[in-house]
Amino acid sequence: MTASVRLDKLNHWFGTLHALRDISLEIGAGEYVTLLGPSGCGKTTLLSVLGGFIDPDQGTVFIGDADMTSVAPAKRPTTTMFQDYALFPHMSLRDNVAFGLRMAGVAKAERHRKADEKLDLVGLKADGRKRPHELSGGQRQRVALARALAVEPEVLLLDEPLGALDLKLRRAMQDELKDIQRQVGTTFVHVTHDQEEAMAISDRIVVMNAGRIEDAGPPLRIYREPASLFAADFMGEMNHIPAQVGPQGAQTALTNLPAADLPPGAATVCIRPEAVRQDGKGIALGDATVRDATFFGTYTRAHVTPVTAPDMVLVAHLPPTSLPEAGTVLNLSVLPEDIRIFTKETA
Amino acid sequence: MRMAAWFYLVLAFGFIYLPVGTLVLYSFQDGTLPVPPFNGPSLQWYTEVLADDDVTDALFNSLIVAIGSSAVAVLLGFLAAYGLARHVLPGSAFMRGLLIAPLTVSYLIVGLGLLIVLNRTGVGLSLVTAGIGHVVINLPLAFAIIYASMGAQHENAERAARDLGASETKVVLLVTAPMLAPAIAAAFFLSVTLSWDEFIIAFLLTRFDITLPVEIWSMLRSGLSPRLNAIGSVVFLISVTAVLVLEFTMLRRRQS
Repeated sequence: MTASVRLDKLNHWFGTLHALRDISLEIGAGEYVTLLGPSGCGKTTLLSVLGGFIDPDQGTVFIGDADMTSVAPAKRPTTTMFQDYALFPHMSLRDNVAFGLRMAGVAKAERHRKADEKLDLVGLKADGRKRPHELSGGQRQRVALARALAVEPEVLLLDEPLGALDLKLRRAMQDELKDIQRQVGTTFVHVTHDQEEAMAISDRIVVMNAGRIEDAGPPLRIYREPASLFAADFMGEMNHIPAQVGPQGAQTALTNLPAADLPPGAATVCIRPEAVRQDGKGIALGDATVRDATFFGTYTRAHVTPVTAPDMVLVAHLPPTSLPEAGTVLNLSVLPEDIRIFTKETA
Repeated sequence: MRMAAWFYLVLAFGFIYLPVGTLVLYSFQDGTLPVPPFNGPSLQWYTEVLADDDVTDALFNSLIVAIGSSAVAVLLGFLAAYGLARHVLPGSAFMRGLLIAPLTVSYLIVGLGLLIVLNRTGVGLSLVTAGIGHVVINLPLAFAIIYASMGAQHENAERAARDLGASETKVVLLVTAPMLAPAIAAAFFLSVTLSWDEFIIAFLLTRFDITLPVEIWSMLRSGLSPRLNAIGSVVFLISVTAVLVLEFTMLRRRQS
């Protein structure tokens, strides 16, 4: 079971706080979409609107072709997997998973069969008789997933499902979530503040900030060509270089960059640390002095100060083959496609 | 210092249990007065008490009132706690206060108030009216115990149940109440012990069928007798049983 979702001009206020601002978004059937943003950005509110726990002040929610804006959670083709799993402590795992089917009036033998099937899907086939307190965090999370999937929802909503797990388990569960989503084909909408998690599992990421959608697109596009300065910063580390757009392009303390389509005025040039190169290819950024460098295994992370701008500190991820000493002068450059420039308006 | 601690311990427990111990001891008195010297042991007073229909009737009346009034008090307390914990209501703090306030009113006042109301409305005094009085005194306690144990984790489970298609009734019956079972059991058994021992309200609000404390009181008027000690011991035994059942059900829940 799967369905598309269409949100049309959603607005919601909590008192005077404008929690959702003009949210319009289309999610395709079977898509894995992540709502990504810092705490308080409105991503959980948006998920609650989708699940029916919050009735938005303005706007419409379509699931499939039906208007679901004011339909109660129980009557929606959605289920939510809650952050704290919200398992029923007094029921066995099988009864937990079968709960939704029981509410739907499915006979006992049939719902137990289906529950066992879903427990099998999440790798807990043998544990149907256990109680939730006998499980580890990761296992509880799987039960919550099985329980939410057992009613065969068209859209599964996941509220920071991996937030309570340790890093290693979280990375393992990401792969598993993605895998299960491919198997069942249900539309997944996943809320997280971890951009690595978002990139690892999503078909599409929706970056949110202060109740607005800042950017929406596939992970690669959002990372490499973010639509806004906020999205650029949130997706990973970013060097900011102040610039002034004029007839000669974007003028910075380091170099002039082509900026044909941009309106004149103050701007910010953004370069990812790993885009800073030493091989001389692309646009020259001039010489820079290494302040310190640290070895991270897959790269060497260095703080460098450009010779032409002694007040500026840039972060560069250099190849892990050498560890430059403080004071070493490097000749830096960047490929044109690795540069993003945001003026006040686009930021 | 160690000796002082032991001394204190013995003194404290002696203070608490000596009266009960004496009562139980002289229920086995072979003689007509429950005073030293102790002769016996003898079970004559127990056989006499258990053969006395007035006493056994009162004992069963007490049990019925205790269990019935506790069940009603716990049910009402649970519903009130659920309503106030799960819904935003105008003046909910005030309502909480109002529900708990009867705890501070003396049983005598509660009994008198009910007696006046019942007289005015022409409702005859019976075990039911005594039961109503016990609901009045036990409801605040049941409410306070159950309300205190309604945490956010329960609320999330209820939300999940609703999300999976459960109606409000099903949420309460299948999720909320089972999750709160330890608190509900605690409230119930505490209510039972309080109702079981309660005298003033039962005295004021019963007439022909009376509860055990009232029966004991009427027997006391004809003077001390090991019979009373025997009844007291039986009462004590039943109270202890209720408390032990409570303790074990609670402990078992906590371990699981």
